[in-house]
Amino acid sequence: MNDWPLWEVFVRAKGGMSHRHVGSVHAPDAGIAIRHARDTYTRRMEGVSLWVVPSASITASDPAEDGPMFDPAADKVYRHPTFYNIPDDIKHI
Amino acid sequence: MYTTELHKAAKSVDSIEDPDKLAAFEARVAADEFIEPKDWMPEAYRRTLTRQISQHAHSEIVGMLPEGNWIARAPSLRRKAILLAKVQDEAGHGLYLYSAAETLGTSRQEMIEALHSGKAKYSTIFNYPTLTWADIGAIGWLVDGAAIMNQVPLQRTSYGPYARAMVRVCKEESFHQRQGYEIMMHLAAGTAEQKRMAQDALNRWWWPSLMMFGPPDDNSPNSAQSMRWRIKRDTNDELRQKFVDITVPQAEAIGLVVPDPDLRWNEAKGGYDFGEIDWDEFYAVVKGEGPVAKERMKARRDAWEKNAWVREAADAYAAKHDRKARAA
Repeated sequence: MNDWPLWEVFVRAKGGMSHRHVGSVHAPDAGIAIRHARDTYTRRMEGVSLWVVPSASITASDPAEDGPMFDPAADKVYRHPTFYNIPDDIKHI
Repeated sequence: MYTTELHKAAKSVDSIEDPDKLAAFEARVAADEFIEPKDWMPEAYRRTLTRQISQHAHSEIVGMLPEGNWIARAPSLRRKAILLAKVQDEAGHGLYLYSAAETLGTSRQEMIEALHSGKAKYSTIFNYPTLTWADIGAIGWLVDGAAIMNQVPLQRTSYGPYARAMVRVCKEESFHQRQGYEIMMHLAAGTAEQKRMAQDALNRWWWPSLMMFGPPDDNSPNSAQSMRWRIKRDTNDELRQKFVDITVPQAEAIGLVVPDPDLRWNEAKGGYDFGEIDWDEFYAVVKGEGPVAKERMKARRDAWEKNAWVREAADAYAAKHDRKARAA
């Protein structure tokens, strides 16, 4: 027998915050996935909103390739405010 | 970067809407709760926000043009890398904001078409030319400084996706202002000619920067409704005053003079009094009569049309891979 498909679960902890990934559930369809997600991940008022996404729909970057993917940002320190020397007596900047 | 809500008052809340839903909505907003895309909201709220967020997005995108003008002419490799990074950030900010606006039901394509047809507005500040390298300093210091002043309170705006986009934008914007001030600091401490350049840039950008906060409160038809809906958290004049109070000492510290003969410290109010803004100029620029308004829109449309092949090539590439995947 085939197991139900896997769904990734995202919970919004409270209004104004992003949905954050919390884990996954198996379910035969999206509606049931939402109900399983509620019973699995929000039994203690952990959230005000849920998203479920078929796990198979997620395209992930390759962790083995994280160097070529993310290293180009490493030598661009000028993207950070602390790169600039502004004297201490200049306020609010 | 930032854009001011410039349209005439949004029609007051439509009477056809369910009064119970409306009351519940107003109560949630009044309690500083966040409204999320799937929540019920009045049509006027949706319309006003779509306009405000898309104008804000357009301003980020058009805002790349005056600075892009100086990338190839930056005075050193260091300055060039910094300016590139800043312009790249502005593109990113435009994308965050288009995404936030799309959650209200208008597609990015429609918003871009509204910009290119001249129907949508963007911040008036970008219709001024960048004549010298010092203008890049003045833009970072003053224009991004004014933008930050506007955007910081928007991190608590009532619409969740907009508020979250603002959190990212504000975090990234901080280096923009510092690099600009650093440019001004160096020029002001340089040769007499460099200092004159810095002063000239301040002279030209000061008033347009004050105009970025929008019309005075007594002539800002949208303010009351937008404040009530927490789409706006401070009035135009409050933010303008705060900007003047913070910026004047920054100019004085590097020996530059704010070009306003009426500027003086008012001990009683604990802030500066400053001169009258030329609102005729402001409204002319809003209507598209800024010194380089036509040039800006032409550059936008050209970029969109002449680079259509990039979008087409990406589509063709995706279609090819799709075919291969099916065949496999």
